[in-house]
Amino acid sequence: MKRRYELVYIVSPDASDEQVAELHTQIEAIIQRMGGQLEKTENWGRRKLAYEIGRHKEGTYVLEVINGAGELMKEIDRRLKVIDTVIRHLVVRVDEEQGVIDRMREKRTETSRRRRVARGLPADRQPGEGQRGEPDEDRDDRFDLGGEEMR
Amino acid sequence: MNGGRKPSGGGRGRNAGAQGKDAAGQRRPMFRRRKVCKFCADKIDDINYKDTKLLMPFVPERAKILPRRISGTCAMHQRKLRTAIMRARQLALIPYTSE
Repeated sequence: MKRRYELVYIVSPDASDEQVAELHTQIEAIIQRMGGQLEKTENWGRRKLAYEIGRHKEGTYVLEVINGAGELMKEIDRRLKVIDTVIRHLVVRVDEEQGVIDRMREKRTETSRRRRVARGLPADRQPGEGQRGEPDEDRDDRFDLGGEEMR
Repeated sequence: MNGGRKPSGGGRGRNAGAQGKDAAGQRRPMFRRRKVCKFCADKIDDINYKDTKLLMPFVPERAKILPRRISGTCAMHQRKLRTAIMRARQLALIPYTSE
């Protein structure tokens, strides 16, 4: 059973770059051993934390996108809990959400195409048409288009 | 795909009639601008916990999640927003509280 997960972990700011790299290889080894694959890895670098986590005010964020089974993630989760250079980690399953997003996007383009055809326009938007989004969609809902008021 | 509709009576503390010279503003006394779900309007499907820039307007100073009644976000997107904010909080990208 292949699933896609996102793993983000925060490494303590005291850890050196080598330690961060070593942690990464450790995780890679677990993935290899349990028959998953590493799809992408991203180092966000050192960032300020929104709140203190055990006296730390900043940390190094690393994101890994992993394809594999739930068992694999369980193992990684267990390991990360034990390692104390990792001050926080989060595993999120993303394949299903991604599917929902794709379906929504598809549905929307399809409806807009259908509406455009019904109005006798070419199905796809022409360059330089409208300001943003589809002008024929949902526009009647807004009285005041000027100024984003968001509070 | 349009959940942002709300009767114009909802919400408080916003009265566009006083500030705008809209024709609509004159029609009724105390007209409140109809709120539109930001995510529906901008066609943002993916509310991701990593995207702090997108989430920050929905967590004002006290770091509480902005209620739907104020922001006008539709039910579906508010739900997604909530999970995204809660995940971002776990990763200390967004605060739980502000002192």
